[in-house]
Amino acid sequence: MGPPEPGYLPQLCPIPHPGNRVGKPIWQELTVADLVLASAIMGALGVTLGGILAVAYRRLYVFEDPRIDQVEAMLPNANCGACGSPGCRAFAEKVVKGEVEPARCTVSTRAAIVQIANYLGVSAGSQEKRVARLACAGGANVALNHARYTGWQTCRGAALVAGGGKACSWGCLGFGDCARVCQFDAIRMNEHLLPVVDEAKCTACGDCVEICPKQLFSIHPVSHRLWVACRNLLHGEAAEAVCEVACTACGRCAADAPPGLIQIVHNLAVVDYSRNSLASRAPIERCPTGAIVWFDEHQGPVKGAEAKKITRKSALPVAVADFPRN
Amino acid sequence: MKLFGWFGDKALHRGVHVPECKEQTAHLPIRRMNFPPVVIVPMSQHAGTPAIPIVKEGQEVVRGEPIARPDGFVSVPMHAPVTGKVERIALAPSARGDLSLAIYIRPYPAASQEVLYGEPQNIDQMSPEEIVRAVQETGVVGLGGAAFPTHVKMKLPEGRTVDTVVVNGCECEPYLTTDHRVMVEQPRAVIHGTRIAMKALGAPRAIIGVEDNKPDAIQALRDALAAESAITVEAVPTKYPQGAEKMLIEVLLGREVPSGGLPSEVGVAVFNVATLAQIGDLLPRRQGLIERVITIAGTAVRKPGNYLTVLGTPIRWALEQAGATEQAASVILGGPMMGPTISSLDVPITKGVTGILVMARDSFNSRHTIFPCIRCGACVEVCPLHLNPSRLGMLARKGRYEEMESDFHLMDCFECGCCSYVCPSHIPLVQYFRVAKQMNRERKARHAAASA
Repeated sequence: MGPPEPGYLPQLCPIPHPGNRVGKPIWQELTVADLVLASAIMGALGVTLGGILAVAYRRLYVFEDPRIDQVEAMLPNANCGACGSPGCRAFAEKVVKGEVEPARCTVSTRAAIVQIANYLGVSAGSQEKRVARLACAGGANVALNHARYTGWQTCRGAALVAGGGKACSWGCLGFGDCARVCQFDAIRMNEHLLPVVDEAKCTACGDCVEICPKQLFSIHPVSHRLWVACRNLLHGEAAEAVCEVACTACGRCAADAPPGLIQIVHNLAVVDYSRNSLASRAPIERCPTGAIVWFDEHQGPVKGAEAKKITRKSALPVAVADFPRN
Repeated sequence: MKLFGWFGDKALHRGVHVPECKEQTAHLPIRRMNFPPVVIVPMSQHAGTPAIPIVKEGQEVVRGEPIARPDGFVSVPMHAPVTGKVERIALAPSARGDLSLAIYIRPYPAASQEVLYGEPQNIDQMSPEEIVRAVQETGVVGLGGAAFPTHVKMKLPEGRTVDTVVVNGCECEPYLTTDHRVMVEQPRAVIHGTRIAMKALGAPRAIIGVEDNKPDAIQALRDALAAESAITVEAVPTKYPQGAEKMLIEVLLGREVPSGGLPSEVGVAVFNVATLAQIGDLLPRRQGLIERVITIAGTAVRKPGNYLTVLGTPIRWALEQAGATEQAASVILGGPMMGPTISSLDVPITKGVTGILVMARDSFNSRHTIFPCIRCGACVEVCPLHLNPSRLGMLARKGRYEEMESDFHLMDCFECGCCSYVCPSHIPLVQYFRVAKQMNRERKARHAAASA
């Protein structure tokens, strides 16, 4: 487009504008006085607002310990909540105040904890490592499915549809919601569709505890080595009919354990961890199904000598309900 | 004319037209089903606290005798459905897939169908409070599927009044015909129950809303009503979910129940026809609820029909009576839109079971692959509560459950399934929402436990 025709909007547009070739260019319209006035107004405004800011800075000043920033920088910033604080910043505030020991952060390495402790001049403290433990051992090779679930492939989704396909209504559904939710990659699903916790990576953040629709995960100190990997409340053969490694409430572990350590409550062996110091491998030895295990430091969960050997590698076939035909 | 009907006040503006599939059983009269070899009476067949057994193992019980007492006001007693011996009190599978406490009764081989337990009572001389207490004694709960204790609905909170009792005879779920048959065969019991509900609530009028695909039911009720002017029968258009109480109130009375509110806030109480038929039948004789009508239908059943079944009948026995074909692959308790699929045939029939659908493998689309949302808005168009299921679904996928509840009215969703039904991407939206509600409920419980 060329320049506007001469006489285009002749006197009707007196406002000078760079785009408007009819009036004069803006720099020809402005006088020095205009510039001085504008600068004065803006300057005064700046000084006034700056003054308010300066007063507010003094009056409303909140002292924040600069060490909080330093400590926060030394934390892993996973914001996982395993320490019980809502995020790393909140934890750093508590550490600086001396309310908690640095070791409460279970995600940091020992070296990082010591670094924080040295920086603050406090003792690092000792926090026993805690891990997530799964109260089910019913993998696809030992636990029966009495229905086939084919919908949305998540545990939460399956649990809504008649509790999922598993015959044991307490058992792990095996769709791996826990493995997906774990931020630390500490849970993997094994070949029998059962989650396995990598204790070295687990930070006890509790995300798996929350996501599991069957509430099978719980957080325990690693010293809780005696573990009942079952939640089935059925008795004897009824329990074994749905899962080969279920607790049948035979009571042998309770009989072999020091008094009070293990009790049979509602057809399930329950370990009283307040007496954990009495725990030994003895109670697991006679368990017929291997439902009670001993978490060995190196070998992981170990079954007793009398537990039946599970040699089946493949998944059990789905025992779909036999429809009565008439 | 059809076009005008769409804009008329008697139409549900949202919802879906689902295939009705009712011709299979709608014409079949109610038949009595044989006693099963064992009756399983769960203590939790209703919304509310479970009942507490008052019988012992080995004890003999008479048909109609109370065998469990209510635990608090929002709870109902259980009655022995058959004359026989209490075999054991143990865990029994439920439709939800968990196990709950139940009383197993083995009927005597010659046990009679007659109910001898109970004594006549004169309802005309009873006060509303006495009626509420008597209704609780019968153990009647909402028989339309929700199983909410009926006497709780009959007891109004302080300062509320109800001017209209709405009787829900819509039965908008496909396949089900129990309410239909009850209206056709027992219109007097329905009307009698309606009068009792009106008396308990002090309501001057009642409207029985029936979908217009059941002209014989409407006619039967109108014939039985004769000159009664306080009760009217109105035909409502056939559309799912017309039978949801909020939808029905809006269509019949033009009143909108506020979000998170109860019908009594707009002066209405809603009861299912079968519920009122049972109350009309049981209350004058002071008997307990021990049997109900269920529809057995579906694409893989040999003898579909409407059966009067004793509560506690195992599904396996019911299917032995009705027969399943070789194609039978899944069993749904209730209608196909909202009913739960069960994973075990040992689940007993409870008070809230409206029917058993036996479906063949090829009856459903195998909607197993979930495609991404294409934002077509079909779910938004059909949601009867004007929610945005698409947005809710996306938030659910991201695990932003709290936001769903605080900003997008998740708790208003009553899981009718219209959104999942129309979704071209096969997104199981209702399942997402149920997970979200569950996660929020658990989170709140954790917070309450932590702060306590």
